Amino acid sequence: MSRIKDLQKNLFGGTTSNARQFGMIFTLVAIVVLFQILTDGLTLRSDNLIALFNQNSYILILAIGMLMVIVAGHIDLSVGSIAAFTGILVAKSMAEWSLPWPVAILFGLAIGAIIGAWQGFWVAYVGVPAFIVTLAGMLLFRGGNQFIGNANTIAVPEGFRVIGSGFLPEVGPNTGYNNLTLLLGLAACVAVVWREFQARKTRRDMDAEPAPMWISVLRMAVMVGVIVFASLRFASGRVGTSFPVSGIILVALVLAYSFYTRNTAGGRHIYAVGGNSRAAELSGVKLKRVNFFVMMNMAVLAALAGMIFVARSAASGPQDGNGWELDAIAAVFIGGAAVSGGIGTISGSIVGGLVMAVLNNGLQLLGVGTDRVQIIKGLVLLLAVALDVYNKKQGKFSIIGSLTRSMRRETPAPPTAPPDADRETARTAVPS
Amino acid sequence: MSELPVLLEMRSITKEFPGVKALADVNLVVRAGEIHAICGENGAGKSTLMKVLSGVYPYGSYDGQIIYQGAETRFSDIRASEQAGIVIIHQELALIPHMSITENIFLGNEPRKHGAIDWKAANRLALDLMARVGLREDPDTLVKDIGVGKQQLVEIAKAFAKDVKLLILDEPTAALNEADSRHLLDLLRGFRSRGITSIMISHKLNEIEAIADQITILRDGRTVETLDVKADGVDEDRIVRGMVGRELHSRFPDHTPKIGEVFFEVRDWNVRHPISADRQVCKNESFVVRRGEIVGFAGLMGAGRTELAMSVFGRSYGVYESGTIIKDGKEIVLKTVADAIAHGLAYVSEDRKAIGLNLLDDIKASTVSAKLSKITRHGVLDEVAEYKAAEAYRRELRTKAPTVDESVSKLSGGNQQKVVLAKWMFTDPDLLILDEPTRGIDVGAKYEIYGIIQRLADQGKGVVVISSELPELIGLCDRIYTVFEGAITGEIARQDADPETLMKQMTSTKKMQTR
Repeated sequence: MSRIKDLQKNLFGGTTSNARQFGMIFTLVAIVVLFQILTDGLTLRSDNLIALFNQNSYILILAIGMLMVIVAGHIDLSVGSIAAFTGILVAKSMAEWSLPWPVAILFGLAIGAIIGAWQGFWVAYVGVPAFIVTLAGMLLFRGGNQFIGNANTIAVPEGFRVIGSGFLPEVGPNTGYNNLTLLLGLAACVAVVWREFQARKTRRDMDAEPAPMWISVLRMAVMVGVIVFASLRFASGRVGTSFPVSGIILVALVLAYSFYTRNTAGGRHIYAVGGNSRAAELSGVKLKRVNFFVMMNMAVLAALAGMIFVARSAASGPQDGNGWELDAIAAVFIGGAAVSGGIGTISGSIVGGLVMAVLNNGLQLLGVGTDRVQIIKGLVLLLAVALDVYNKKQGKFSIIGSLTRSMRRETPAPPTAPPDADRETARTAVPS
Repeated sequence: MSELPVLLEMRSITKEFPGVKALADVNLVVRAGEIHAICGENGAGKSTLMKVLSGVYPYGSYDGQIIYQGAETRFSDIRASEQAGIVIIHQELALIPHMSITENIFLGNEPRKHGAIDWKAANRLALDLMARVGLREDPDTLVKDIGVGKQQLVEIAKAFAKDVKLLILDEPTAALNEADSRHLLDLLRGFRSRGITSIMISHKLNEIEAIADQITILRDGRTVETLDVKADGVDEDRIVRGMVGRELHSRFPDHTPKIGEVFFEVRDWNVRHPISADRQVCKNESFVVRRGEIVGFAGLMGAGRTELAMSVFGRSYGVYESGTIIKDGKEIVLKTVADAIAHGLAYVSEDRKAIGLNLLDDIKASTVSAKLSKITRHGVLDEVAEYKAAEAYRRELRTKAPTVDESVSKLSGGNQQKVVLAKWMFTDPDLLILDEPTRGIDVGAKYEIYGIIQRLADQGKGVVVISSELPELIGLCDRIYTVFEGAITGEIARQDADPETLMKQMTSTKKMQTR
């Protein structure tokens, strides 16, 4: 295998990365570079990067939940309305019932859980398709938002706004940078290196040759480089700004949910249900519980996203969350999930969401109107998925194929002869 | 037969998939008006060859030449091959259940008048076509309401509607009962007398021996030989020798059972149909399984064997009414599949693709999927343990796959079945229920699976085998229950089991005891 191919396969190829994700990372880099040039360096300026995160963290949070819903074979159209409904109730709870803001946040999450239980009940236990349940939910909770708020906006107090527009505080010596952001970056670098060595160890434990060392080093160098660059940018913004609190919430959720979906039985059950629900059921997976969980989880994340948005815009209004479901769904599909369920990753969805976010942001910086931005975003979604479908059809390059290929050992383990207890079978068995 | 004109010639066909050479230099000559059987073990390349022929793999994606009716053809897709009169009928029927027979026959090929579908003509033509395949049904009947044997006939009628010259049947009798199979074979003979050429892929060697004129044997993607049934005096053993490359001494491994005590018992089991509540699918059924024993369940299609097995396995089928399960002397209640697995039951389903496996998974993930708790440490899946378990089973069961990272969708039927067996062996069951464990699996792999079943029994597990192939039950099982219309009608010890006795009890409600 040539070095280039080796590199291509290994550079971003952890065990879960797939081909489209790989392609999307390059697309993301290409788009960033393109806009960086077109906007004369505006795109990667500290304030713009910070704004980009602030404006999109709630969509990316939705994408996490949506990925799990879509992998399980469902869809959720109600997330925008749930976000708005929660937002208005939380705003009202603070403005009129004077709940302290930390309690109000818990109150908001509880509302999400209740709504999720409602929708999960219909999907999992009654068997109404999620498309219908959440279409109903979309109308229901949008109406609920306007009913409760009288179609007015309600402002939220200063303390609450931290989760939407707060930043890491300035602590420690004056280094000219935000110290906490730098520390965060350092921790991320250590984590990247640690993970790479863990991955190498895992592969050795599986009797497989780990990727060549130079590839590991290159991969770590690229990742660390990106992290260092981003940390410095975030840490060197206008005084008082740094890495946003909503970004921290997002990163924590991404890490937690990636771990959950990849490394726990519960996560694997979601993939099993989406891949073949009957087979999953006959393997002891509690189908109803899984379906209930993904729908409920989505609603809780939607409630969180709604609160972050309200906090950022300092008030809850009747138009909050309009069209969010579509942004979240688009992110998930651009990120490589299968429409029929069973395939997709959290990291892929985040990359998909970032592609849309950078595109949005870059076009706005260039002064392109929202009409044309929408047209371009629609085409990007269509092309990204169409390209993949086309590739799969041609049989040249399938996601599933590449997914497994990237994990496959280069030298197949030789089929060994069974212990001699098996001589009976060996007599007539197929030569392997 | 060799004086007949050549209808089809496939010359040195080579087809490669990434990393695998599925076909290497395969040659096939089919003469007009003959029944040509293609034999080979799973993975030998039979289906791939037919996909090349029918344009599923378009011209350019393979090497070699296809000469059909004297001219080289280059099919770009299935439509092109159908227009040339080559129609393939797949093992999994391609019918729409909620459409009528007529609608299915003319799907994509509707007779039109002034742009609209001419249903009167369609029904008339459908009746005509149905008569040709010996199907007597109202053409307005929905396909879901007729049996699988008749559905097969609808598929063939559909082929005739396209003016077929070369009919390809992939495992046409795999899902059919004896009577339907016989009818289908008679039909094929009738076609031959009317000059229609058929290619038939089948694992049922007795049928091939009975019906085929020529047999081409494939092994590991290569043509081994083409036999003329009459001239070469071909019999089953001769075919098997060609398929596995050596003589097969016995269809079943030698085995001395080590039978222990009764440890599993089902008493007075009553279950109703999940939708039509007045239909009882299990009627007061009782049976026992001993340690180390292989127990067979014989019955016709629809006798209720699968329903019995699945309802016992955590009530995964039907509505439980009454009955008890006793294991190791204690009554156990299995309300969910998870309960059943926890109590040491395993059920290997008859349809591994539809309900046995998640085809998106690789071998690793499939192997551990029924007992993730075994590879979970402190709530986290241990990837290395997963790999090691899957690799151990791959070696033990000799699953043919480069590594356990291979997607199960890429494996042949026999190897998929081994993955399913590994998945259930991984749960450390005491009782394994195997529903049609060798369906659609070739001779060599069958022998291996029989060996696995016997080894499991020798480990002191109880094994229940449901099978529609009587020789398989007789050769493998220590004791056989017969089931007819949801009731157990007999219990026969190995030494008394013969096809006639079994068949008699499989078709009568009269309860008999021969112990």
